[in-house]
Amino acid sequence: MKNLGEMLLQREAFSEIVMGNTAIVRAMIEAGTRVITSYPGSPTPEIASAIAAIKKEDRPFYFEFSTNEKVATEVAYGAAINGHLSTVFFKSVGLNVASDTFVQLNLMNLTGGMVVVLGDDPGANSSQNEQDNRHFARMSYTPIFEPANPTEVYHFYKAAAALAQQLHIPVILRLTTHVCHAKEKVAFAAWQPAVFDKTPRFDVNNGPYMPLTSLVFPMKRRALQNLSQIASMSEKVGQHHRVNNQNRQKAIITFGLPYLSLLDVLEESGGKPDILKLGMIYPLPVALLEEFLRSHEEVLVLEELDDLIEGEVKRIAFEKQIKVKIHGKTDVESWVGEYTADKVAGILRNLWPEMAAAAPASLAAPLPVPARPAQMCPGCGHRSAFHAIKQALAPADIKVADIGCHTLGFMPPYNMGEMLMCMGASTGIAAGLSLFNDSRRVVCFLGDSTFFHAGIPGIINALFNRHNITLIVMENGTTAMTGHQDHAATGRNFNDLTEKIPVRSVLEGLGIKHIFEVDTYQQQKLTDAVKEAVAVEGFAVVIAKHPCMLKLMREQRRKDGFQARMVSIDKKTCDHQHVCVSNFACPTFILNPDGSVDVNPDLCIGDGSCLQTCPSKAINRPQNREGNKE
Amino acid sequence: MTVFNVYLSGVGGQGIGLISEVMQRSVDHAGIKALGVDTHGLAQRGGIVASQLRIGDNIHSPMVSRGKADLVVALERHEAVRAAGEYLKKNGTLVYYNTSWQPLPVRMKKAEEIKTAQVAEFCQGNGFRLIEVFQSDLPDPRMQNMALLAAICKNNLLAGVRKEHYIAAMRDLMSGKMLEANLGLFERLLLV
Repeated sequence: MKNLGEMLLQREAFSEIVMGNTAIVRAMIEAGTRVITSYPGSPTPEIASAIAAIKKEDRPFYFEFSTNEKVATEVAYGAAINGHLSTVFFKSVGLNVASDTFVQLNLMNLTGGMVVVLGDDPGANSSQNEQDNRHFARMSYTPIFEPANPTEVYHFYKAAAALAQQLHIPVILRLTTHVCHAKEKVAFAAWQPAVFDKTPRFDVNNGPYMPLTSLVFPMKRRALQNLSQIASMSEKVGQHHRVNNQNRQKAIITFGLPYLSLLDVLEESGGKPDILKLGMIYPLPVALLEEFLRSHEEVLVLEELDDLIEGEVKRIAFEKQIKVKIHGKTDVESWVGEYTADKVAGILRNLWPEMAAAAPASLAAPLPVPARPAQMCPGCGHRSAFHAIKQALAPADIKVADIGCHTLGFMPPYNMGEMLMCMGASTGIAAGLSLFNDSRRVVCFLGDSTFFHAGIPGIINALFNRHNITLIVMENGTTAMTGHQDHAATGRNFNDLTEKIPVRSVLEGLGIKHIFEVDTYQQQKLTDAVKEAVAVEGFAVVIAKHPCMLKLMREQRRKDGFQARMVSIDKKTCDHQHVCVSNFACPTFILNPDGSVDVNPDLCIGDGSCLQTCPSKAINRPQNREGNKE
Repeated sequence: MTVFNVYLSGVGGQGIGLISEVMQRSVDHAGIKALGVDTHGLAQRGGIVASQLRIGDNIHSPMVSRGKADLVVALERHEAVRAAGEYLKKNGTLVYYNTSWQPLPVRMKKAEEIKTAQVAEFCQGNGFRLIEVFQSDLPDPRMQNMALLAAICKNNLLAGVRKEHYIAAMRDLMSGKMLEANLGLFERLLLV
C-alpha cells in the first residue's frame, strides 16, 4: 500500500494520482508553510486527512482544527504577523463566520504572508447556499487565484504563497467542490526542507496593527495600493492561459472548472473560439483583457455563479471605448448551479449553437426510481432521539434545526426540524419564535461540535434574556458529518490528548438550572425528559447523547475478535404494524410486498436500538452473525 | 484513444470510493490517462453517492455528461437504474451488484421497490448491455465492490486494462488482511 504521508514528504520529484485536497498539502510543504488552521467543512476536510497521513513528528508545519473558522483565521493571522507563512482553510459559508477577522486582514502587514483557502460550493453539494465568495475578496481588496484541477491547485497555491510573502498580504486560493475532489496524476517537484527559524518576529514597527479612527486610512491606502500593484503584475504572475485558435470573431473569457467543461464541450462540437482562461481572477489583468477585447468581435464571459468578471469586462470595454459585443448572464438559470459540461453546452446552444455539444437523447423506455434522500446511519443515536422526541411534542410545536447529521431529522417520518439557517443559529431563532407565543412550544436542536463553534452565544442569550425555549443538544461525541473530527469535548485535538471540556460542564457553569441528560437509546426516558423540559417555564436543556455509531463500529471492526451481530424478525410474532420500517425507519428494515418485514444483512449493525420500538415485541435480540468474525 | 466515460453509483457506505480509485489507478497502470471525482460530504449518509471516471487523451473535466457514459457501474439495484437512466448512452453497458437497499419512500409505502426483472426490461428497452453480479458466498457484504471489480475485469469492460493492472492498483490502496481478503476474492471470481 502506498503511504500517503511518506509520499507527501518525499525529497525527490514524483508523480502520483491525488485529489486537489491532497495536492495542496504537498504545495504547502514545498512553499514552506509553517502554520495551518481550519474548521472542518465540505469540500475541504480531506486536506486535513492528507495532513493526518503525515506523522505528527514529521510534519514540517503546525496544524490545528480550531473551534470555528473565525478563530482559525485569527490563529493563522497571529502566526503570519510573527513572520510565519500561514494558511487557513474552510468551506464557503465558513467565510461568513470568519469574516469579522478576514475583512481586516488586508489592512495589516502580514510579514510572513497568509493564504486563505476557500472551498466554495457551486451546485450546493453540501452547503446551505451557493454563495460566491469572490464578493468578499472585492470587499476586502484581497487577490484570488482559482485553479481548475489538482495540478493547478498545486501550482496556484505556490503562486499564491509567493505573492503573499512578497507583499506581506493575504491571498485567497478559491477552490470549488469538484476541484477539491477531482483526482488526477500530478507531477510534483523535488523538495528540500529548509531550516525552520522559530524566532518570534512580531514587531509593532511593522504595523500599525491598530485600525482605529484616523489610523485606518493609511492602512486602507496601503491595501488599495497593493491591489493596484497586483493588477499590474497580474499578466506576469497571474497564471493566465490563452488558447489561440485564430478566431477573430468569437472568443470566451473563463476560469476554474468551467474552463474544463468548456474544453470538453468543444472537443465534441469541434468549435474553435479563442479562449482566455484566467488564473488570478481578482484583481483582473486590465491590459491583457483590453487587448483581448479589442482583438475579437464577440466575447462571451463564461462565469459560474455571479457576474463579477462580466461587470468588470464591460467596464473595461466602456472606459476604453472598445467596440465589442460582450455576452454574459442571460437569465436566472445562468446564475444557478455548477457549470458542468452539460450546463456550458446549454449556454452555448443558445448563443453559438455550432459550438455546443449535442444534447443527450431522451430514454426510449424510462423507469421511474424512488427518490433516495440521505438517511441517518443504521444504529444512529439521532434516530432513536427523534423517534422519542416526537412522542413528547405536539404537532403544532415549533422545531428549529441546526447544522450537522441531525439536520436529517427534518425528513419524514420524523419531521423534527422545520427551518435551518447556519451553524449555531437554532437557539437564537427559537428565542425569536417564543416571543408573544404562549400556545406553541419551541424546541431547538444543536450538535456538540456546533455547540462550541457558534452555539454558546445563543445559549447565553437565552439564559440572559430569559427565553422560554427548550434546547436539545444532540451529542454524538464527534464532528460526524464532515468525517469524525475531534472537538473540545472529545478529549483529543488533532495532535494530542487534551483535557475534555464537557458540554454539560459548560452548561452548568453558565448556571442553567434545568439540564436533563439521557442516552438516546433509552427512548422512553428521553421522551419523558423532553416532556419535562418543555413544561419548564424558562430555558431548559436536554442533552440527548449517544456515540456516533458509524465511528464506533469502524473502531470496533478494527479490533481483534470483533463479532458482527444483527437483529432478526420473529415472523410468527410480527403482526405487520411496520413501526420499525416506516416510523422508526432504520434503513436496515426491508418491507416485503406481502407486508412481512426482513432485516438487510448488508446494513444491520446489531445495535438493537430498534427492539423497543416494536409494539408486538417481534424483533429478536441481536445475534452473532455466522462466518463474519474478523 | 477515444474517450471512455464511466459513471459509478451506489448508496453511501457501500465502498464506491474504493472501487472508483482502484479503477482509476488500474487505468493509470495500463498507461492510459484517467481523471476521476468522487462524492464527499452530506450525501454519504445513506444517500446516493456517485463517482465519475474519464479515460482517454482528450479529456478535461473529470465529470461525465448526462447520456454520455459508456459504462455505468452500480453497487445497488435502484441506483443502477437511476444512474443508467441519467448517464448511460445507447449501446453502453450497465454492470451492477444485485442487492437492494430500499429507499425511504419504499419503506414508507409511498413507492414500489424495483425488481431484478425490471432492470433487465429497462436495459432491453433502452438498448443497454446488462451484466448482473451477485455472489451469495461473500465473507462480508462490504466486499460487494470487489465482486463488481472482478466482473469488470473478467468482461474486459475497460479496454486495455488487464488483471495485473487491477491487482497493482489494489496493492496501491490496501494492505494486510484487507488486501489479502479482497485480492483472494478478486482472483477467485476471475476463475469462475
